[in-house]
Amino acid sequence: MSTAAQRFLQDAAVKSADLMHREVIRRGMDSYDAAHLKGRARIKDWEAARQKCQEIKREAINHLDRYLLQFEERVVARGGHVFWAANSEEACTYIKNLATRLNVRTVVKSKSMVTEEIHLGAALEKAGIKVWETDFGEFIVQLREEGPYHIVTPAMHLLRGQIAALFQEKLGQKIESDDPAYLMAVARRVLRQAFFSAEMGISGANFLVADAGVIAISTNEGNGRLCTSVPRIHVVVTGIEKVIPRLEDLAVLWPVLATSGTGQGITTYSTLIGGPRQPGEADGPEEFHVVLVDNGRSQLLADAEQREVLHCIRCGACLNICPVFRHVGGHTYGTTYPGPIGSVLTPHLNGIKEFKHLSYASSLCGACTSVCPVKIDLHHHLLQNRRNATEAGVTKPSERLMFRAWRHAMLHPGIYAAGGWLMRKSLRIAYGLGLAGSVLDPMRVWNRYRSPVPLPAESFRARWRRNRAVN
Amino acid sequence: MRVLSALEHTSIAHESWIVKGKVSLFVPCFVDQLLPEVAVDTVKVLRRIGYEVDYPEDQTCCGQPAFNTGYWNEARPCAERFVRVFKHAAVIVCPSGSCVTMVRTFYPELLAKSALREDALAVSSRTYELSEFLVKVAAVTQVGATFPHAVTYHASCHGLRELHLRDEPLQLLRQVNGLKLIEMTRSEECCGFGGTFAAKFADISAAMGTSKAENVAATGAEYVTAIDPSCLLHLQGILGKRNAATRTIHLASILAQEDLPQKSPAQERP
Repeated sequence: MSTAAQRFLQDAAVKSADLMHREVIRRGMDSYDAAHLKGRARIKDWEAARQKCQEIKREAINHLDRYLLQFEERVVARGGHVFWAANSEEACTYIKNLATRLNVRTVVKSKSMVTEEIHLGAALEKAGIKVWETDFGEFIVQLREEGPYHIVTPAMHLLRGQIAALFQEKLGQKIESDDPAYLMAVARRVLRQAFFSAEMGISGANFLVADAGVIAISTNEGNGRLCTSVPRIHVVVTGIEKVIPRLEDLAVLWPVLATSGTGQGITTYSTLIGGPRQPGEADGPEEFHVVLVDNGRSQLLADAEQREVLHCIRCGACLNICPVFRHVGGHTYGTTYPGPIGSVLTPHLNGIKEFKHLSYASSLCGACTSVCPVKIDLHHHLLQNRRNATEAGVTKPSERLMFRAWRHAMLHPGIYAAGGWLMRKSLRIAYGLGLAGSVLDPMRVWNRYRSPVPLPAESFRARWRRNRAVN
Repeated sequence: MRVLSALEHTSIAHESWIVKGKVSLFVPCFVDQLLPEVAVDTVKVLRRIGYEVDYPEDQTCCGQPAFNTGYWNEARPCAERFVRVFKHAAVIVCPSGSCVTMVRTFYPELLAKSALREDALAVSSRTYELSEFLVKVAAVTQVGATFPHAVTYHASCHGLRELHLRDEPLQLLRQVNGLKLIEMTRSEECCGFGGTFAAKFADISAAMGTSKAENVAATGAEYVTAIDPSCLLHLQGILGKRNAATRTIHLASILAQEDLPQKSPAQERP
């Protein structure tokens, strides 16, 4: 069986050479870029807004225990239930048992990356429960039996013709057009039935507001409101890092999330939910459960150097600007969270040995860090992950040996200069014999895609010695 | 105009009689070995505006290749060595934003527990990328260069996002006689080099380089320039493989092109 790193390399090679894919993503990202810039311009002082968001999240993460307990207390006081899940299994089991106990046969879900992380859909389906993804993009990728391509726009890799063909094949009805409005209407008709037959609605949460004891959800399609208000049971699945101290914090977090996510001033539907239907209320679920998922997060919390990774509000801005993401696409990562945040987070959540390659799959250009709305120093965390990998001894022995030799040369200018001269000289001879790119060429990986590097006869240091580098 | 530029040149030449100070040159290892003319041109520019240039011959590498690959224990002694070599330098100038980033941004972290920590901080604060030094320290944007060509600028990542050098290189380019600056689409997107990334993930690196090469080609410029020779080394390879018409040239090499009054334009180097 191939490792995650081998699969990544293979998929990256295929995708990065797929010009059709590159064009589809480029077009999607270009429209995002334009909207994002426009959105940022609407905020008077974008840098101050980022700063504020960072401060809010830092305060929340530094006092996570206190704010989570405060949140729990308020939810319970309103008749809700809070379950603390240490890992995926505990979370899935709790929800599965709840569904079984309450005779749930159909579940409608609004978009939630944590449910992807814990593979909730598969766990419920295994128990014989029908699960409907109701976010349009998630609905599409569910029909394709694949994971979301992107954490905000799950089906951005597909053209409308592909979606029309998919609907034709999977929905058992004649699809007459690939017009986006028509396709959405088709999905809406199918989903409307699901909403009214489902006994349980599952949502994520963009924020957990500690002082008010409410969850905050942002959606653009209104499906979140249907999921959380029509079925008789509402289950919220969320990572513990989503808590924020105060309701008023949303005044900056909501617009910053919307701007970073899609370029909108504010997401179309911003919803606050604090428990089951209260006496005298006209609608809302009879039961309200919040599943707080740890799944490796408290380990990251214990790491003072990297705990700010928990600030992430899952806006997707780092994916959108990342040149690696743009070229390899979301599925290549083979993880729940793709892109820069995924490359930082996954080795922590799923193991450095298996996923260290993601921390290396970056040119460290820092574009991610420059757009992160909560100012996570993403590319520096990639460096720290790399250091953690070498210190854990999970890098290749040949590489370790190479860097030891390299160090020896760099600590001895004579060896360095002689080595450099020898390298240039031997490559000049080899290339003169037409060996560039052959198995004998130590630079063959470089030369596969590039013309050979220049090999001057004289190094700078030699020129300096000769005439102080005058000409 | 011709007279004016000749006059300007004279004043610069005249100024260079007065030595402004001594600059120690930090030449990245791969520049030393593969692109020595970038360092030679750096020396030329610095001398022309009146600085005495010194090259500490004991220098090797700043340690970045090991550091970026996670081998901090291998990078640390190299960094300490760099600090010892440059400890007594008044000002350190380097024609690479990336290598300056290593010294300025990462030495304080890498050497946090080293006995040389204080020296490292001092050396860090005195190390400048070439365009940064010219514009911010020497306060010079007109260095008396002539380069009558269409040029597009690639904003190298480390210079742009670690050292925050967005305008400095452009200020210098705008003052070059005859140079036509053409803006590139997505000029701030990474070219895909990324050090060992270029070898570990050659497919991705090359795809990113190809996208950059396409953006370069779309400008129709004769040259693409940058402040990082590593980006240019990679781009030169990508462009070369595509038989593209555009050539790469380091900012220092543009700034080094002189407009000598006694030379006719035909004699100028391209």
